[in-house]
Amino acid sequence: MTPDHRLLRRTPLYAAHDQLGAKFTAFAGWSMPLRYGSEVTEHHAVRHRAGLFDLSHMAQIEVSGPEAGRALDYALVGHLSAIDVGGARYTMLCHDTGGILDDLVAYRLAEHRFLVVANASNAAVVLAALRDRADGFSTSVADRTQDRALIAVQGPNAAEIVSSVVETPVETLRYYAATVVEMAQRSVILARTGYTGEDGFEIFCSAEDATDLWQTLLREGAEHGLQPAGLACRDTLRLEAGMPLYGNELHVGITPFEAGLGRVVAFGKPGDFVGRAALAERKASGPRSVLVGLVAAGRRVPRHGHAVIDLVSGERLGLITSGAPSPTLGHPIAMAHVPAPHAHPETSLHVDIRGTIEPVSITSTQFYRRSR
Amino acid sequence: MTIPVNLHYSTDHEWVSASEGPATVGITAFAAEALGDIVYVQLPEIGAKVEAGQPCGEVESTKSVSELYAPASGTVLEINDAVVADPSLINQDPYAGGWLYRLHVQQPAALLSAAEYDALIHSA
Repeated sequence: MTPDHRLLRRTPLYAAHDQLGAKFTAFAGWSMPLRYGSEVTEHHAVRHRAGLFDLSHMAQIEVSGPEAGRALDYALVGHLSAIDVGGARYTMLCHDTGGILDDLVAYRLAEHRFLVVANASNAAVVLAALRDRADGFSTSVADRTQDRALIAVQGPNAAEIVSSVVETPVETLRYYAATVVEMAQRSVILARTGYTGEDGFEIFCSAEDATDLWQTLLREGAEHGLQPAGLACRDTLRLEAGMPLYGNELHVGITPFEAGLGRVVAFGKPGDFVGRAALAERKASGPRSVLVGLVAAGRRVPRHGHAVIDLVSGERLGLITSGAPSPTLGHPIAMAHVPAPHAHPETSLHVDIRGTIEPVSITSTQFYRRSR
Repeated sequence: MTIPVNLHYSTDHEWVSASEGPATVGITAFAAEALGDIVYVQLPEIGAKVEAGQPCGEVESTKSVSELYAPASGTVLEINDAVVADPSLINQDPYAGGWLYRLHVQQPAALLSAAEYDALIHSA
């Protein structure tokens, strides 16, 4: 059933995408560019040159005040108060039970000011949880999404492209660091973060500045091979890079440990935090399942929801969480949660792809690693 | 996109070169464009009997899988090995090099003309 596109939210860049001939898709209540032409071409552009993404649908939540760091230490699983000003950290919001409610990146903009970026699909949940959990701390939680935009430049040429539009040298900006810079005479937050497995930058700006910045980047980036890239290639890029997607690899039924991301839980931080007891228990007992990477020998693609089976016993071991043909590797790749005893590289596994049983082999989830 | 006038069309976005006797079948540029980059195609077997409007194969793009419906009833004579080896041919050249299979049409089917198909896709 086609959603009524008039009810979908639009980012400040909607008109720009329309002019570029984007094919739109409904995503988390937003009308977003899926692709502008061929998503495989866009995928290759990001791997070899650079792609320009509109990520303004993602929630931008400002957490500020004298106890902002402590409030986030309590609300999230990571040690956010330990981030230096100008730093960023990948973290998670978990339920009391340890179940994952969202995965996030938190940026420390100032001693008492953090920017929390959440998945569009979980914006309401994250905002409500942060407000609720910050209660009692001298902190305010404000949803800035409406007034802001987020543009990403990702690819080996990203640094060159961004350098051409800012005064300050970008080479000094470390991975997972953020700083305020002037870009085309506009004040933006420039972060060296991304979701593609390539070098890249995420640019946080005001909604009013978004179109001009987008057009400037496209224009200045053209000679470096920059092209607009949509959500379709964003998914194949992150899958190749082994990055989880909330709703697929991550969901409220599992803890960070099942996703192989136990490192985000900072048990050593001072004070209590939501989910501490449940997570400590899960760490002690070991994860209930393991997230594995799978590669298929044939051309059929294991997709989200397909059953992973043990051919010998006929037992259903788990479900594919994500699967796609990998443009970079040239064969289908997928991820699945399987019971720990079945998670070894020598294990023979099969996937039921629409009635056809196809063999798959277990690999690392990091199917692709950039060379520089 | 130009819709070749010499072909017949089904409501499932397939084209057929003839409405009876030996005919070539493929999917339209509209369908290929909607699917995106095609990565896998499963065609009916040579000798298989296909029925108009019934699924007879699959076409898989980067994002999704769609069924291929037979535009007419008949027996499959030949399949295009080139698209099996390189499904992107369907995106590149849906009306010629990207043909899918040939069949002997045994029963005349209700097909659309180029003008009728054009009207169909523009009303969507």
